[in-house]
Amino acid sequence: MSELPLSATADAALQAAPATKARGYWATVGRRITRDKVSMACALVLILIFLSAILAPWLGLEDPYKGSMIRRLRHIGTVGYPLGTDELGRDMLARLIYGGRLSLVIGILPVILAFCIGTSLGLIAGYVGGKLNTAIMRTIDVFYAFPSVLLAIAISGALGAGILNSIVSLTVVFVPQITRVAESVTTGVRNMDFVEAARASGAGPFTIMRVHILGNVLGAIFVYATSLISVSMILAAGLSFLGLGTKPPEPEWGLMLNTLRTAIYVNPWVAALPGAMIFAVSICFNLLSDGLRSAMDIRN
Amino acid sequence: MLAYIARRIVYVIPIVISVALVCFLLVHITPGDPLVAVLPADASQELAAQLRAAYGFDRPLPVQFGLWLLRALHGDLGNSIATGRPVLAEVMRAVGNTVTLAIAAAIIGFTMGILLGLIAGYFRETWIDKVATSFAIAGVSVPHYWLGMVLVIIFSVQLNWLPAVGAGPNGSNSWAWDWAHLQYLVLPAITTSVIPMGIVTRTVRALTGDILSQDFVEALRAKGLHETGVFRHVIKNAAPTALAVMGLQLGYMLGGSILIETVFSWPGSGFLLNSAIFQRDLPLLQGTILILALFFVFLNLLVDIAQAAIDPRIKRG
Repeated sequence: MSELPLSATADAALQAAPATKARGYWATVGRRITRDKVSMACALVLILIFLSAILAPWLGLEDPYKGSMIRRLRHIGTVGYPLGTDELGRDMLARLIYGGRLSLVIGILPVILAFCIGTSLGLIAGYVGGKLNTAIMRTIDVFYAFPSVLLAIAISGALGAGILNSIVSLTVVFVPQITRVAESVTTGVRNMDFVEAARASGAGPFTIMRVHILGNVLGAIFVYATSLISVSMILAAGLSFLGLGTKPPEPEWGLMLNTLRTAIYVNPWVAALPGAMIFAVSICFNLLSDGLRSAMDIRN
Repeated sequence: MLAYIARRIVYVIPIVISVALVCFLLVHITPGDPLVAVLPADASQELAAQLRAAYGFDRPLPVQFGLWLLRALHGDLGNSIATGRPVLAEVMRAVGNTVTLAIAAAIIGFTMGILLGLIAGYFRETWIDKVATSFAIAGVSVPHYWLGMVLVIIFSVQLNWLPAVGAGPNGSNSWAWDWAHLQYLVLPAITTSVIPMGIVTRTVRALTGDILSQDFVEALRAKGLHETGVFRHVIKNAAPTALAVMGLQLGYMLGGSILIETVFSWPGSGFLLNSAIFQRDLPLLQGTILILALFFVFLNLLVDIAQAAIDPRIKRG
C-alpha cells in the first residue's frame, strides 16, 4: 500500500513527460518568432488588414457600392475621400477595406483546402507506399507538367468565371504541390524506430498515421502551405483581374485593378492602389512564412 | 549518358499522353454547349445538330479523344471556331512572341538573380545580404500584373519614355530587332523578369551559403587558393541546381505569360488564351493549353539532360 502513491506519481510523471516536451518545442518556436521583428511587423500589418476587413461595416465608411457620376476619379487626399474615388465615383478607402473580405477569402481558402486534401493524400501515399503510392504520385506528376498559372487559368477558363470556380481551380493547382511535400516528409518518418515500435505494440495503420506520423510531419507541411498563400493571393486576384473570378460590382482587389486600368491616364495613383494592397498582403505572408520556417528550424 | 537520355525520353511519353488527356477533358467538362460561340441564338435544331456533327461533338468522349489525339499527332489541332483558321498556325505565331518576351525577361531576371544571389550568399548575414534578400522577396511577392501597370504609369503616362501597350508601331504583330520594336519589349520584359529574379536570387544565395560552409572550401583556402579560385568552385558546384531552377522558371514564363500579356496587349500565347477563353473558342483553348504544356514538358526534359551532362552524379543515381 505504501508503494502505491509513489508508483502513481511515477506514472503521472511518465505521462506528463512527452506532453511537456511537446509544449516545449512550440513554446520555443513561439518565443523565437515573437523575437523576430520582421515577422512581428508583418503579423501586425496582416492583423490590421484582417480586422478592418471583418469590421468594415462598423468603421463608419462610405457605402462601397454607391457611386456618383459627379465625383468620379477624385485624387488621393480629396476632402471626404482620403484615397480618392474610382471610375464610378465610389469611395476608394471603403472599397479597399471591403475588398479585403473577398480578396482574402479567395486567396487563402484554396490553400486551406489544398492543405487538407494534399496532407491526406500525401500521408496515405507516403505511409501505405507500394502501388497506391505510385498511383497517387504519378497522377500528381501529370499536374506538374503544367505551369501553375497556366493550369489555374485553363481550369478557370474551362469552368467559366465565378468565385467558386476560381477557388476550385486554385485548389487543384496547390493540391499536387502540398501532396508532394507531405509524401516526402511522411516517407522520411515512416521507417523511424518509434513508428516501428508503435506497430509492434499493436497500433493499427490509422492510429499510427494520426498519432505518430501526423504530429511529426504537420509542422513541415504547414510551413510549406503558408509559403503558398502569397502565390495564391496573387493568382486569385489575377484571375479576377482577367475577369475570371469576382464579378462587378463586388469590391475585390484584382477586379478593382482591372476596372481602374482605363483610368491610368486620368488618375494613375488611385488606379494602382488595389494592387498595392495585394502586394502588402502577399509580402507580409511571405516574410511571416520565412520567419516561421526559421523559427521551426525547417530547411527546404 | 545515352542510356540516361533514352530512359528520360521513355518516361516522358506517358506524361505527354496524360497531358493531352487533361487538355481534352478540361474543355469537355465545360458547362454549356461548345458551339455557343458560332451558333446564332435563333439557330434551328437541325443546324445545331449539323454543326455538332461537323465538329465531331456528337460522338462518345473516348472516340473524340482518340480522334483528336491522332489528328494532333499529325499536327492538326482543328480550326478556331472564332476565326476559322488552323489552331496550330495561330498558336505557333503567338508562341513566337511569347518566346521573345520570355527570353528577354530571362536574360534580365537570371543575370540579376545570379549576381544578387552570389553577392548575398557570399556576404551572408551582412547588410548587403539583407538588401539583396529584400529585393528577392519583393520580386516573388509582387503581383506582376500590377507592377506592369505601375511601370506603365511611371514610364509611359508620366515620363512618356516608352510605349504602354502593343508589340510594335501601329499595332504591328510581327517582331523585328530594331529600336522601334525593342522599346515595346522593355516594360513587359522587366515586369516578367521580377519573379525569376527573386527565385534565382534565393536559390543561388542558399546554394552559395551551403557550399561556402562545406569543409572542402576550408581546405581550398588552407591550401592558399585565392578567393577568385574559391568562387570558381562555388559556381561549379551551384551550377546544376541553379540551372534546373532557371529552366523551370523559363517554362513558367512561357506558360504563365497570360497576365502580363493582357496588361501590355502583347500578342503572344497568353493573349491568345485570353481571347480563346472569352470567345469560348474551345478548339483554340484546347490547342493553346496543349502546346504550352508540351513546351513545358520538353523544356523540363532538356533541363534534366543538361543537368545530367554537367553533373556526373545524376546519371549514375
